[in-house]
Amino acid sequence: MTANLDTTASPNAEAAAPVDPAELRKARRERIDRTARWLLPVVVMVATIALWQWYVVAFKVPHYILPGPDRVVQALIADWSMLWPALLITIAITLGALVIATIGGVGLAVLFAQSKWVEMSFFPYAVILQVTPVIVIAPLIFIYVPSKIAGLLICAWIVAFFPILSNTTLGLNSADHNLRNLFQLYGATRWQTLRYLRLPAALPYFLGGLKIAGGLSLIGAIVAEFVAGTGGLGSGLAFKILEASYRLNIPRMFAAILLISVTGIIIFASLSVLSHLLLRHWHESAIKRDS
Amino acid sequence: MSASPINTAGSATAPRSPIVSLQRVSKTFANATVALKDMTLDINSGEFVSLLGPSGCGKSTALRIIAGLSSPTAGRLVWPDARPGAQPGAQDHAISFVFQEPTLMPWATVFDNVHLPLKLKGQSADASRKAVMEALEMVGLERFATSYPRELSGGMKMRVSIARALVTKPRLLLMDEPFAALDEITRFRLNNDLLRLWQEFGWTVIFVTHSVFESVYLSNRIVVMAARPGRVVADLAVDAPYPRDETFRTSHAYSDHCRSASEALQAAMAAEGDSGH
Repeated sequence: MTANLDTTASPNAEAAAPVDPAELRKARRERIDRTARWLLPVVVMVATIALWQWYVVAFKVPHYILPGPDRVVQALIADWSMLWPALLITIAITLGALVIATIGGVGLAVLFAQSKWVEMSFFPYAVILQVTPVIVIAPLIFIYVPSKIAGLLICAWIVAFFPILSNTTLGLNSADHNLRNLFQLYGATRWQTLRYLRLPAALPYFLGGLKIAGGLSLIGAIVAEFVAGTGGLGSGLAFKILEASYRLNIPRMFAAILLISVTGIIIFASLSVLSHLLLRHWHESAIKRDS
Repeated sequence: MSASPINTAGSATAPRSPIVSLQRVSKTFANATVALKDMTLDINSGEFVSLLGPSGCGKSTALRIIAGLSSPTAGRLVWPDARPGAQPGAQDHAISFVFQEPTLMPWATVFDNVHLPLKLKGQSADASRKAVMEALEMVGLERFATSYPRELSGGMKMRVSIARALVTKPRLLLMDEPFAALDEITRFRLNNDLLRLWQEFGWTVIFVTHSVFESVYLSNRIVVMAARPGRVVADLAVDAPYPRDETFRTSHAYSDHCRSASEALQAAMAAEGDSGH
């Protein structure tokens, strides 16, 4: 008699069934996981909206205190012609700041990487700029900088550049020391070592910083708009929120907040896709494993 | 010249002139560790020399000094064939170095990794395609040119590393425990491939190892070193003929050579404690 007590471990079981049941269970679990990953958040969202709607109706909450989701959607549609251009301006400031933060952050990191002395001299000031809340610097910037757009860009840049600088600096210094020896051995110039070794080694770190900076530049742009205040040309979503709050137009505030959140999510998702595309061939973070 | 006579069996075509001489080379690190003390050694052209010793005996330091990655605290290196004032190095493609780790760029394909030494000399990928593919053929990886390092096994990564060292057609190949991290079957296979290539191309090889068996199998000369301070204690000839294969690995001659190398190593390790007195 051959009693297979442990079917998963026995080679006999393999001969009987081509795929072993533990692996099948695992595959099914993974399929369920993949669906749950998007289904569960959707369920939570639908439940929250339903609860919100029920609460507003059941307790007769006035819409100038808490509007129901239906009113928020109505405001979004009715005020679209006003919110959309404001959103575009906020997006323009955000992306502009992100581009400058990338150039500035990577540029400073490369400068720091050229000389320990430069890094020692200036890194503490980058930290000071980062830890000082932008909301207290912004009023000064709007006094010194005549252009409102430039002021907004500077504020958003201050918030966004640090994670890029800090991560890229770390990445540039993380190149494998044997590879550095190899480059030295083959007489690589400083520029070649930077171009072919240190920058590629820093790429995953930079992309990590970029993902954080994407969200921060949106926050920086919004905060700066709040400080900049008065409307006129170039007033973004934050100003619309301020304006709506003065008028107790709460549904419009919610609609504008919704747009800002969606924008942030899209920025984060785009940068995640970019990161995956750049790293998928080689970096551990982008590689799928079987076990 | 070294104390013991060197048998020339093996690379019969090679002339017996030194390619590099270490003359009373010493290296003391900043923390006062004496890594090497008065090391005098001639490496003859065409030889396969193993530097064998316990960890801390300065064998890797010696290799780094020959490579130009580190400079001696005292003593000097003489390159008889070189123009005065122009020490040969990897830059002019006279020397290549193979590290213990494969040391590949994970973001670059196998082709690009092997192309690196030529690229740093300003040769484009197109101009060096032939040389790179030849180097990959030598190690049997021509079909993996477009693969990334992570897709390769440990042994294949080491082959890429060797191909990168060979792409410059060096005269002197420096290897720092290149197969230490590999499993035995892979190591034997790479040993045989390395010997085949060495016989075909006739470079000089300096091979750092802590394996008695590997040093006997590969080399025609074993330099045994002792630690604290790092120094040469024995210079053994392995006069078994090439080509060597698995029959050599099981022969009496092989075990005899292993015994004498092992005894020299034991003596070296026993001598360590005495050096301080």
